[in-house]
Amino acid sequence: MNILVCIKQVPDTETKVKIGEDGKSIDESDVNFVLNPYDEFAVEEALQLKEAAGGEVTVITVGPESATSAMRTALAMGADKGIRLDAEDVRLKDSFSIARALATSIEELDYDVIFCGKKAVDDDNHQVGPMLSALLDIPCVSTVTQLEIEGTSFTATREVEGGREIYEGEFPAVFTTDKGLNEPRYAALKGIMQAKKKPIDVSDVQFPEADSVVIESMEMPPESPPGRILGDSADAVPELIRLLKEEAKVL
Amino acid sequence: MAEGILVFAEQRNGQLMKAAKEVLTAGYQIAESSGTTVSTVVVGDGVSSITDDISQFGASTIYVADDGELANYSGLAYAEYIRAAIEQADPAVVLFPADSMGQDLAPVVAAKLGVGNGSDVTEIQYQDGTVTAKRPVYAGKSLVNITFQQSPAVLTVRPNTYPPEEHPGEASVENLDVSLPDNALRVTARFEVSESERPELTEANRIVSGGRGVGSPEDFEIIEKLADAMSAAVGASRAVTDAGWRPYSEQVGQTGKTVSPALYVACGISGAIQHLAGMRSSKVIVAINKDPDAPIFKVADYGITGDLFEVVPRMIEELKNES
Repeated sequence: MNILVCIKQVPDTETKVKIGEDGKSIDESDVNFVLNPYDEFAVEEALQLKEAAGGEVTVITVGPESATSAMRTALAMGADKGIRLDAEDVRLKDSFSIARALATSIEELDYDVIFCGKKAVDDDNHQVGPMLSALLDIPCVSTVTQLEIEGTSFTATREVEGGREIYEGEFPAVFTTDKGLNEPRYAALKGIMQAKKKPIDVSDVQFPEADSVVIESMEMPPESPPGRILGDSADAVPELIRLLKEEAKVL
Repeated sequence: MAEGILVFAEQRNGQLMKAAKEVLTAGYQIAESSGTTVSTVVVGDGVSSITDDISQFGASTIYVADDGELANYSGLAYAEYIRAAIEQADPAVVLFPADSMGQDLAPVVAAKLGVGNGSDVTEIQYQDGTVTAKRPVYAGKSLVNITFQQSPAVLTVRPNTYPPEEHPGEASVENLDVSLPDNALRVTARFEVSESERPELTEANRIVSGGRGVGSPEDFEIIEKLADAMSAAVGASRAVTDAGWRPYSEQVGQTGKTVSPALYVACGISGAIQHLAGMRSSKVIVAINKDPDAPIFKVADYGITGDLFEVVPRMIEELKNES
């Protein structure tokens, strides 16, 4: 089984956002970069599939050399090798350019299944997985919380408004992973040492001249005025309920 | 020349979704301000019956894909019909709800058209042929303004940002005829209705959320009771879902759901930066926490610095007395 996992290096979720000098992206000084949390579920699912069915797990990223550290995290968890499509300023690129770069590279590979995190926690776009499936002309099940695989058949479940959807289909397919699908393993010291020796293939990526969706500016959300402390006990409840009804008009 | 707005009117079981009504309203407002018109596309089995409902929201043309094979959602199949509608309507803007169907479908439609997609936008402008939008990034810690360089601009619209407004009118109905490629139905889904009668977290008007301060999974019952008294959805902090007290589907925050209800009641939640990111766009925030220094009070409109096990039962009682 040839299993591909698309990953992204992102600022960790503790990051306090400050707008950078370009006015379009964040100030990256003092920012810790990590493997996108949703991609950890993708890597874990790929590793579990490899353990059950055999084969090889390849992680792919579009990013600068510094993104190698996120890839090493995936390799330390147990992925076999990496492909980095060399590109700067990926945080300003639109998802369609990224999906096209990935699709162009993946078309050259033998693959049975592709995992992606459901979204990156920086741009919150929710797009690369479904776009990749459209470009490769294979089906996609997004935001998967349960996955069973037998041979090349799968049953995938995702939570949707008012219930759940259960998909049945055949590989090849793209799955985007949601929290709850599995518990990502920690990389043990041995894995971290081994990861240093695992191969990472670097190739150039040709982006189209212009992005389809362009970030013009970044701004901070409006500050809300300071709130009111109504009291320190249940005695404040009648006033709270009155304010919610009469002032805020939300009850 | 591409012109006008096309809205995907999401339905399930012949019911127009609330999110669809919101997106139809967004489409109408953009069309009004730019002097153009709205058309819609509805896909499913037996959906011809909801064209009347759709026409309450001001669409001039409704494209209908009504086929037994479309009873269950299939991204590839739905995308083919939406592309057919786009071909006929030639819109400048295509709108989807930013819910689980819209976010699955919009990127597929965009990629098949060879254009990008703006996700989860909260404001859209269409002027002099240019489409711009605002959207939260980093789970709402900041916002970006985006422009679309290619046509059509494909966007998903965040739930709860455009309250539904009716603009009844007459709409012409056009049936879509598409021959689906073999792989379009290769993944087939079935739908299981949730047993919960509470509103969906991302669609809810009101949310009652509990954090570590609730103390135990059993004590979470108090959060559920308040939610029921307010007709609210139940949310939880990451600490609570990671501890296994509540399902991940209830987690609010940067690695959970981003919500924007009218009212968000945070009980026993101290307010980690990731949680605040996920709920700060709520219109009114109430915090109940013993610790007066908890960061949640910095974003709350109203706060009570008391024991939630005294405050919350009193809230339930007050709400019951008044109803």
